[in-house]
Amino acid sequence: MTATTTDNTSGAVLDFNDVDVRFSTEFGSVHAVKGVSLHVNPGEVVALVGESGSGKSVTSMTAMRLLPSNARIGGEITVNGHGIRTVSEGAMRRLRGNDIAMVFQEPMTALNPVLTIGTQMTEALELHGIASGRAAVERAIELLDMVGIPEPARRIKQYPHELSGGQRQRVVIAIAISCDPKVIIADEPTTALDVTVQADILDLLRSLKDKLNTGILLITHNMGVVADMADRVCVMFKGELVETGSADEVLLNPQHDYTKMLLSSVPRLGAGRDQMGINIADVEVDDSAELAIDLENLVIEYHRMGKPPFRAVDDVSFQVRQGEIVGLVGESGSGKSTIGRCALGLIPAAGGSFRLLGEDITGMKRGQLKAIRRRIGVIFQDPAASLNPRLPIGECISEPMVVHKVGDRKAQEQKVYELLDAVELPREVYNRYPHEVSGGQRQRISIARALTLDPELLVADEPTSALDVSVQAKVLNIFSDLQARYKFACLFISHDLAVIDLLAHRVVVLQNGRVVEAGPREQVLMDPQEEYTRRLLAAAPVPNPQEQRVRREERHALLLQLGDEISEIKAAGETFHAASASSDDLR
Amino acid sequence: MTDNDKPELPGSGREHLSPIPEQQDPGSLQHRQAAAMAGEEFSVEKAIDLTQKSYSQGELIRRRFFRHKGAMLSLGFLLFITLMAISSIGYGFIPGWWPKDYAAAATVVDGGRPSLGLFPPTWGDQPFGQENTGKDYFALTMRGTQRSLTIAFTVGIGTTILGTVIGAIAGYFRGWTEAILMRVTDLFIVIPLLVLAAVLGQIAGGGIWPLAIMLSLVSWTGLARLVRGEVLSLREREFVTAAEAIGTSPWRIIFKHILPNTMGTIIVSATLTIAAVILLESALSFLGFGVQPPDTSLGLLISTYQNSFTVRPWLFWWPGLIILGIALSVNFLGDGLRDAFDPRQSRSAD
Repeated sequence: MTATTTDNTSGAVLDFNDVDVRFSTEFGSVHAVKGVSLHVNPGEVVALVGESGSGKSVTSMTAMRLLPSNARIGGEITVNGHGIRTVSEGAMRRLRGNDIAMVFQEPMTALNPVLTIGTQMTEALELHGIASGRAAVERAIELLDMVGIPEPARRIKQYPHELSGGQRQRVVIAIAISCDPKVIIADEPTTALDVTVQADILDLLRSLKDKLNTGILLITHNMGVVADMADRVCVMFKGELVETGSADEVLLNPQHDYTKMLLSSVPRLGAGRDQMGINIADVEVDDSAELAIDLENLVIEYHRMGKPPFRAVDDVSFQVRQGEIVGLVGESGSGKSTIGRCALGLIPAAGGSFRLLGEDITGMKRGQLKAIRRRIGVIFQDPAASLNPRLPIGECISEPMVVHKVGDRKAQEQKVYELLDAVELPREVYNRYPHEVSGGQRQRISIARALTLDPELLVADEPTSALDVSVQAKVLNIFSDLQARYKFACLFISHDLAVIDLLAHRVVVLQNGRVVEAGPREQVLMDPQEEYTRRLLAAAPVPNPQEQRVRREERHALLLQLGDEISEIKAAGETFHAASASSDDLR
Repeated sequence: MTDNDKPELPGSGREHLSPIPEQQDPGSLQHRQAAAMAGEEFSVEKAIDLTQKSYSQGELIRRRFFRHKGAMLSLGFLLFITLMAISSIGYGFIPGWWPKDYAAAATVVDGGRPSLGLFPPTWGDQPFGQENTGKDYFALTMRGTQRSLTIAFTVGIGTTILGTVIGAIAGYFRGWTEAILMRVTDLFIVIPLLVLAAVLGQIAGGGIWPLAIMLSLVSWTGLARLVRGEVLSLREREFVTAAEAIGTSPWRIIFKHILPNTMGTIIVSATLTIAAVILLESALSFLGFGVQPPDTSLGLLISTYQNSFTVRPWLFWWPGLIILGIALSVNFLGDGLRDAFDPRQSRSAD
């Protein structure tokens, strides 16, 4: 559908031609990929986009030939000129690493926790005959230096758990490029990372393509990442390729209804309220309104065996008024979930005061806490884990009423039906189990349960971050409707600035357990004063390639201004290719 | 469900598919409707299948249990054995239909050979034969089965309750409660079970109820450790945190939220315990520390007549086969119950 030069498949390093995958299971055959054709040229990033169950990861795994044995594959897959459906297992092993490499989603599980970084890096070099012994170690140190890991000579002796998430992902990338592959498959490479780290890793991947002319197949569900990285985009839905084209074409002028739906479900940072039909009333900041949460110099510590306690929250003060949504933003380790749990009385405070609905809960006894808990609802992140798998959905929702002895059986049942209507689930799910419904529906059940006792305060801990974007849109929609109807105060904890921008009245930004910046939404998100907030905002990608290009340059300018480096591969293409060439006598 | 608060679809309903979201009137009604419509059409969520009848939890468990062929067969066998044991020679005030007494000696007929025949099916005077002094072996075996089953199920239920409660308390409350309970468990585990049971059996003095209680007191340790392990992992799950956050009391969390999730482990362990206790009782009686004559049990029968195995093998086979049958069927029963309680682990595609 495009006439660009990149559509020419002759020089492609990775080419899928009519790939078809079926899994035979005990319940019959599952058609996971239905005739997908796409290709990746050298020095090009192709993004394969789709929601869960779209078959995007399965498609990419066919190229590595790493699918389980119950998969039946049809069509042709070519990696750097080798038809990989027919090559022997030995030849395939040589292809992996030399011609095609992979970067996985979760760097902690992709690295072996009992081996040092060095061992894992030299393994690939030695197996492919690029270097061995001392030379391999030196090359590994060079590679670590290239991907921007400080003190590589020291790091190489460390174990994966001693590195941060971003550094681990850099190590995985270093291993992936160690044999100078022609194409890298990056399967959700930044999904497990914080947004500032994500931006750095994307910068690094982009420099791979520019400097080493590597082709990258980027698998992601994040439209912002697509806009930031991709030259071409392929959209998959339920095993079919519904749309392909250049990033500008697909993201700015989508043709297929699914792509349009997907793009309209992505909350856009900076677009403010009223996206996706979400209507949050802007409440006047009424200083006389009652306080739902009042934190004053709150300190929370985790006690550790034989070590000084770890201070997760340090001297935090902020307030949530009745009827107001306060967004608590921060990266991992910022203490945002800890504050949420303290609000529920699950973690004791080590200092300061925590006033919930006008009562100080620090040092409260069980019985008193129970009375407070009646007035608070809670939604957790993982919908699969936060519902008791052995209780039918109806009982899950009515549990708070049973615990607090509200109403008789009949009244409780009636209330559950009412709530199921409110979260737009059929009443028939009453007697079904949580595993019978999917993630977004489960999260709606969590919301219903949180609202059972008409709480004055709702604590929502990353309620949509485990969901697909289209599902997230639906859940956020329902959430905003309910907030408008019940007018509860809400502490909305999230790492996603766009979602916070959509919902919150006021925003509190946390870093390492301290409040960096707090204020009304417009002020914090549009006109940030603190350096950390600016970094955070600059790193969040938007699903518009042109706008994102501008934002990226602005971010780089900001980083330079703040005295930071822009992460990129520190090597020139030619010398890198020469150093990575395997000497034939070693084979 | 009322749709009154939802706006009607204006015009064709296709105008929502404007490519760039920002260019639309964002808060407009058709936008909202559009999002909902497109959501249905291209939803990645599976639709909830409402065509199937919805069952309550009890119904579901019963249904799945009754569908398990092995379990049903075992249940039938176990019921048959139990009914036979109780009705034939009677138990307490229940009168038996079998005329012979298990303790009464008589003249040995036909060398004590069993009169039970398959071709043609005959019952005869002594279906299981007679032992050395002419006592009716059918009556004896039934008496032994009664005793063994009583001990097995009492101990099975006793250890399950004891082990589950101790394990759950230790796992949920942690701290010094756990330390004390688990050290006590360790103490029980380091003493060889057979020796402990033998000593306690002596103290019990041959009565089956004291024996059953004694055996319960020594065999709960394995289950307690299993349950504690499960509880330790379950208490960190979010649904337990959610229950805590709404103010659920610790006891309700343990019994309503945590223990149902360990049902599989508990039931499998309980059935294994019942099977093991039948064997333990047999071993104790065989060694002379369990049930004392003139009362009898399956193990005691085997032990008493072990020397006649070569000349009168039926004296060994009947109690042996019944022990085997009970142990096997109890295990199958546990398998069926586990599948019924844990819908995620059921092997059949319902």
